[in-house]
Amino acid sequence: MKLKLVLLSLVFTITTVLTGCESILVLDPKGPQAETTANVIWISIITMSFVVITVMVLLIIVLLRYRASKQPDDYEPPHIEGNPIVEGIIVGVPILIVAFLSVVSVQSLYKVEATPEGYEDQEPLTIYASSSNWKWHFSYPEQDIETVNYVFIPTDRAVEFKLYSYGPITSFWIPQLAGQKYAMADMVTTINLAAEAPGDYMGRNANFSGEGFAQMKFNVTALSPDEFDTWVEEIKSTAKPLTEEKFNELLEPGHLGQLTFTGTHLGFSPPPEMKMEDMNMEDMEDMENMEDMH
Amino acid sequence: MEFFERFAIPHPSPMIYASMVAIGLTVIAIIAGLTYFKKWGYLWREWLTTVDHKKIGIMYIISALLMLFRGGADAVMMRLQTSVPDNTFLDAQHYNEVFTTHGVVMIIFMAMAFIIGLMNFIVPLQIGARDVAFPRLNAISFWLYFAGAMLFNISFVIGGSPDAGWTNYYPLANNEFSPSVGVNYYNWALQISGIGTLITGINFIATILKMRAPGMKLMKMPMFTWTALITNLIIVFAFPVLTVAILMGTLDRQFATNFFTTTAGGSDMMWANLFWFWGHPEVYILILPAFGIYSEIIATFSQRNLYGYKSMVGSIVIISTLSFLVWVHHFFTMGQGALTNSIFSITTMAIAVPTGIKIFNWLLTMWKGKIRFTVPMLYSVGFIPLFTIGGVTGVMLAMASADYQYHNTMFLVAHFHNTIIPGVVFAMIAGLTYWWPKMFGFMLNEKIGKWGFWFMTIGFCFAFFPMYITGLDGQARRMYTYSEASGFGPLNMLSFFGAGLMAISFIIIVYNIYYSFRYSPRNVGDDPWNARSLEWATHNPVPEYNFAIAPQVKSSEAFWDYKKNGHQLFKGDIKDIHMPNNSGQPIIMAGLFFIFGFSFVFYIWAGVIISGIGILACLVYRSFEKDDGHHIHVQEIKETEEKFGGAKK
Ligand code: HEM
Ligand SMILES: [Cu+2]
Repeated sequence: MKLKLVLLSLVFTITTVLTGCESILVLDPKGPQAETTANVIWISIITMSFVVITVMVLLIIVLLRYRASKQPDDYEPPHIEGNPIVEGIIVGVPILIVAFLSVVSVQSLYKVEATPEGYEDQEPLTIYASSSNWKWHFSYPEQDIETVNYVFIPTDRAVEFKLYSYGPITSFWIPQLAGQKYAMADMVTTINLAAEAPGDYMGRNANFSGEGFAQMKFNVTALSPDEFDTWVEEIKSTAKPLTEEKFNELLEPGHLGQLTFTGTHLGFSPPPEMKMEDMNMEDMEDMENMEDMH
Repeated sequence: MEFFERFAIPHPSPMIYASMVAIGLTVIAIIAGLTYFKKWGYLWREWLTTVDHKKIGIMYIISALLMLFRGGADAVMMRLQTSVPDNTFLDAQHYNEVFTTHGVVMIIFMAMAFIIGLMNFIVPLQIGARDVAFPRLNAISFWLYFAGAMLFNISFVIGGSPDAGWTNYYPLANNEFSPSVGVNYYNWALQISGIGTLITGINFIATILKMRAPGMKLMKMPMFTWTALITNLIIVFAFPVLTVAILMGTLDRQFATNFFTTTAGGSDMMWANLFWFWGHPEVYILILPAFGIYSEIIATFSQRNLYGYKSMVGSIVIISTLSFLVWVHHFFTMGQGALTNSIFSITTMAIAVPTGIKIFNWLLTMWKGKIRFTVPMLYSVGFIPLFTIGGVTGVMLAMASADYQYHNTMFLVAHFHNTIIPGVVFAMIAGLTYWWPKMFGFMLNEKIGKWGFWFMTIGFCFAFFPMYITGLDGQARRMYTYSEASGFGPLNMLSFFGAGLMAISFIIIVYNIYYSFRYSPRNVGDDPWNARSLEWATHNPVPEYNFAIAPQVKSSEAFWDYKKNGHQLFKGDIKDIHMPNNSGQPIIMAGLFFIFGFSFVFYIWAGVIISGIGILACLVYRSFEKDDGHHIHVQEIKETEEKFGGAKK
């Protein structure tokens, strides 16, 4: 009776959780990179449920069968040192599981770090995203415009975010489009992503950066390429230019809401020189070698 | 900052003033009480100057319990603040200080202290020794820990608590972004207690390697002692990294160097690397002794020997090695590229294999056993499935591409509480309950203990499982509030409810201590649990000299051999026992360290110089001191043994 109740409530929670997934951001991807991570997450959840269920079932069996109250008073448990076959299994099976997950992990890593699948032959749109306490600045070098706390991107186009920070380490995160990457003051890092559905997405800093951290959000809007171009034109004709003086004012700690400018700060306040890629020359060479082998 | 501004009362609010008054009243009450009952002499002679590993262990545990309440109050405040959207119970700055304090207090001053306290009490008994290798140093370890803990704990009323997270990432933690003295407190409190921990590491390695009873080969040590040995090896390798990193941070903040700056050649990423090169092994410093405790308890209450002893030892050795090869998994998102992350993803997942072996060994220990559900066993049985969930979510985090989504979210918070609470906290309570009669000669009440267990377990599930979901839904960790529109509200309310249940459970546990102290029968005998390992071969509570005669051991379950297989543990006659003398120096020196740290926090150079000279003077004095200890004579030992109903043979 008790067991039935437990099982019933288990089934109930699992179904509610599963139906709730529609609205869970990370599991509701809108682009290839986030889709890859969502798949990895599902694969790991399924594999890991197998592990958890095995342990629970074994535990329940052992507890039910070997309770003292179930056994005769004179029962003396045996002395068992171990058994090579049993120990082989408890080493072997975990190794197989971990090996499987390692393959998934490595493959997906190379995928999410590269230009999104299907967009390789396209020139990506580059946007510099820099953080300062407690806001995000988005500079479009090609379009020569800059926004604060919101970013528009075209759909079905590879977008390359170049990240850095005017202050503490922050973590750039748009859960429905791609996982996080740090923005730091002494280095530029890169996120590759693409949005495949028009819409508004939540973006935020995920790494604690002081008093205003909780509100350090930005809005991402994905538009069809035509609409995107119209938007750029509109800004060029309406927004004020961004001066060095104005930009320094923006850097002051605080919250600003959404702002728009023509021109970018990249000229007078360039991003840090060092690139993570330079640090990892060996990685790069290895990757090239791997490509050669194909 | 102006000199006097540094001392400003942070967050002047009724709550802070109330806690200041409460602290003041408690101190006055303690002093008055001690004076009235004329207990100063007793306290000084028996406790403050003691070098006895058992008393030091108990002092560690008492301090850890105090810290548990400090950290627990922080936790409830955080859960209360986040229980509903847009709450204004705490403001952002206050919330930041609270979660930073919570993390540091719980890991460094609570869990570490509790685990080291249990090691202090149990390890010498399990190996049949009279004390640790360096009893005086052991007292210094404790008092340095205590000085560090006190220094850290006064920060919230004098000058302000650290507010850059327990991870204290630079550049957030530098003077520009954390101008108050908070991070100075962090540096000096961790530095002082860290020295104590390092000394403990050396002390216990020496103790376990050199002071085992005759016949106790390494592979015949009880499992808790094995985990203690490996843990202390990790301490000795990991803590110097923290010491150096904190020193560099201190130099940056207080002497304008550029180790972790983002200009002038410094690197903020170096802090993250150094911190986690210590930080990841640190989590294994906590969990390995917990594994040892569970091994003892599960074997005892299944009334069977530990299954797969050799593979248990093998797996902790492998875990300890791997724990130094995975630190990058704490910042997969720093942009090091796919190759580096792949390597650390695989090394991290590899840890799951030896961990899994241990889980199955515990299950197989219960197999064919005769399981008694006492309170320690309930915690151990609860640990297995809950810790498994924590472990598998660790594996999920180890898949670096997916970690880009979990990192810095409530999912991560759920993971590490899911390992630390069922792993470490359950083990602490289970171990304390299990060894309580060894410490005090009476049992904790089982019925009240079981209530505590259920509140704890159910509370835990309510408090932390919802976080897996809100994390995946985009709730970043360390946010002091969130909007209604985010939809995080209901699940956070559930977490608050769970936290409440856990708070009740801790109150039940404390009540149990009080209740049992008053009402439990005192004549529980020397073997109340039908236990197996050597610590149970002496009396409850343990006499000062531990064993009247040094035991002779032939397996890891020496006491079981003695009970069931007629193995003779104690051969020969009682002889005079040589014991170390008490000393007031450790507490005096730690007091000087406290002044040193406090002065440094506030740039009071006179205080730094004077206390620094004082510390050196203590060291010099000790070098020339002649102290050969004392002997407990045969007559006295015999009398003590008589009181316990005769010496064991
Ligand atoms: C199977 C074993 C485990 C694996 C594979 C694992 C994996 C991980 C990974 C990958 C992270 C970093 C996630 C991130 O920051 O995004 C992490 C964080 C953490 N883990 Fe585990 N873990 C395991 C067991 C444990 C245990 C036993 C403990 C403690 C007793 C623990 C405590 C922590 C803590 C405290 C953090 C993060 C702290 C912070 O960022 O503030 N883990 N774990
Ligand atoms: Cu780790």
